[in-house]
Amino acid sequence: MDASLIVLALMDGASYAALLFVVALGLTLIFGVMRILNIAHGSLYAWGGYFAATLGLAITRFGLPSWLALPALFLAAIVIGSLLASVLEFTLLRRILDKDPILQLLVTFAAFMVLEDLQRLIWGVQPVFVSEVVNQFGTLEVAGVTYTRYQLLVLPAVAIAALIGLRWFLGRTAIGRQVTAVTHSREVAIAMGVNAQRVTWLTIALGGVLGALGGALASPTTSFTPGIGADMLVLSFAVVATAGLGQIGGAAIAALMIGMARSFSVYLLPEIEVLVPYLIMVAVLLVRPEGLFSSVAARRI
Amino acid sequence: MRTATLVSLVAVLVLAVLGVSLSMPWLKTPVLMAISHGLAVTGIIVLIRAGQVSFGHAMYACVSGYAVAFLGRAFHLDTLWLVVLGTMVSIAAAALIGVFMVRYRGIFFGMLNLAFSMVLFSVLGKFGGLTGGTDGLRFDRPAFAGFVMEREDFETALLGLGLVLAVGGGVLVMRYFGGVNGQCLAALKTNETRLEYLGISAKRVFWGGYVLSATLCGLGGTLFALTQGLVTPDMGYWVRSGELVFIAILGGSGHALGAFIGAFVFEFVKLYAASLLTGAWQLALGIVLIVMVFVAPKGLYGLLVRRCKPPEPKARAVRKNVVKEVVA
Repeated sequence: MDASLIVLALMDGASYAALLFVVALGLTLIFGVMRILNIAHGSLYAWGGYFAATLGLAITRFGLPSWLALPALFLAAIVIGSLLASVLEFTLLRRILDKDPILQLLVTFAAFMVLEDLQRLIWGVQPVFVSEVVNQFGTLEVAGVTYTRYQLLVLPAVAIAALIGLRWFLGRTAIGRQVTAVTHSREVAIAMGVNAQRVTWLTIALGGVLGALGGALASPTTSFTPGIGADMLVLSFAVVATAGLGQIGGAAIAALMIGMARSFSVYLLPEIEVLVPYLIMVAVLLVRPEGLFSSVAARRI
Repeated sequence: MRTATLVSLVAVLVLAVLGVSLSMPWLKTPVLMAISHGLAVTGIIVLIRAGQVSFGHAMYACVSGYAVAFLGRAFHLDTLWLVVLGTMVSIAAAALIGVFMVRYRGIFFGMLNLAFSMVLFSVLGKFGGLTGGTDGLRFDRPAFAGFVMEREDFETALLGLGLVLAVGGGVLVMRYFGGVNGQCLAALKTNETRLEYLGISAKRVFWGGYVLSATLCGLGGTLFALTQGLVTPDMGYWVRSGELVFIAILGGSGHALGAFIGAFVFEFVKLYAASLLTGAWQLALGIVLIVMVFVAPKGLYGLLVRRCKPPEPKARAVRKNVVKEVVA
């Protein structure tokens, strides 16, 4: 493995980790507030990607100015993410809070199955791929390796902005502090006058937008096919579990670990590329069953 | 349900299945599919008893199916040997993977099983030279207890074997639930810490349950493979695991009989509705699953039992009101 390959793997890893992190952030945020793992999050990723591709095609078809391509990705994520997440919250999630954990998991799993088929009915089974944005940003040469600016600069910038923005939102704004309070203890937050239902809805919508944003940002460089939602769900769960459920900063490090390990294995050991994220997750969970950065929870007897 | 009612119900069901599939031979294959699914679902029920749900248990059906195919191709063993050896492979795999799995509960448990099954799925697809890739592996119809048979007779023989296994598996699971280990397994759901305070290792109890559940899934997988004469990676795809959990909730997770009721309903609805719902099969499953969770969380078996005995005082409803008062 020579120097240029190492540089290439590093850049691949960084852009991949950025996407992974954005999706995982949404998953961990929703888990924090609801204590429910939203399996339908994988569908949000897929829908975000497909919808962004549809918007991208519409821009070229109707001859709209091409600088719209990047804003269209964000628009797609905000529209589809908040819409789908709100539908999920109003029809299902708020009705299962007092149910058995197994049934909660099953309901989001069922929602995932439904969304997966709807997506197939809407967008078909042919791969969808619109790379207009990537061409616009052009390429960049780093240490003798040519790489697209979109993957090297835009994706990590969005991921870092998401991390800092969310930190600021949760720590510095009134609504954000309420989200933190509900995450910490729902009952006490209600007793203190927090409108937990509204806060929950807001968090789920935000998490949904993040999931869809991951898909929308991936759509110019990944071809979307049925089943991509399940793959991404398991991968982002691997990130969240490695970091510890509900750990935002930890998720960034875990995403970077898994993203880098995966891109290096693509160049070094392509046979085990699919296995690498799971191997890391299993290795971490063997040593720390609650994840790398989780705090110890009190035992209930 | 009283034991006498239960025994006569099971006897009637077994006779009905035998009668129907012998008089209408084209139904043998779907009946065999239903039985193999039912066996796998009894495995899922064991896990649900412990308050856990796995989104990857189809991998054990897949592992056993491939074991049957490999052994059938390499050594041309007898059907009975294939069932035994195929299931043993699942037991061995679960005994090993279980050591790791018993440390996790809830979401971690479900998703780790999913991760393992996805790894298996992609490995089976990737190493095409050995596993036949996504097309799968075909194997010749083996002899049954020493007799070489035509397809018709072979299916009848398999049906007999399947019914014996189904009743045996169901009785085994219900005996397990009634015994010490099964009671400890149920305690895993209610309060694991108390179990540990009694000096019982929760992990060891759960390991037993995990291996039992994988055994039943593997048994179902061998039957499935023998019925088809073909194994594909699709047997271990996460959608298949989802279907197993779905059947468990549909039939009712409280009793082994629920697994088989669910499996038969599932298989026959699929037989008649799949052509109407091409491309929207998962959609239909998802909607039914949501409706079952809200309307009849105890499944079809739960509805059946409610018919048979007077309703108990509604403890849950009372508790719910208390919770509501506390929250309000």
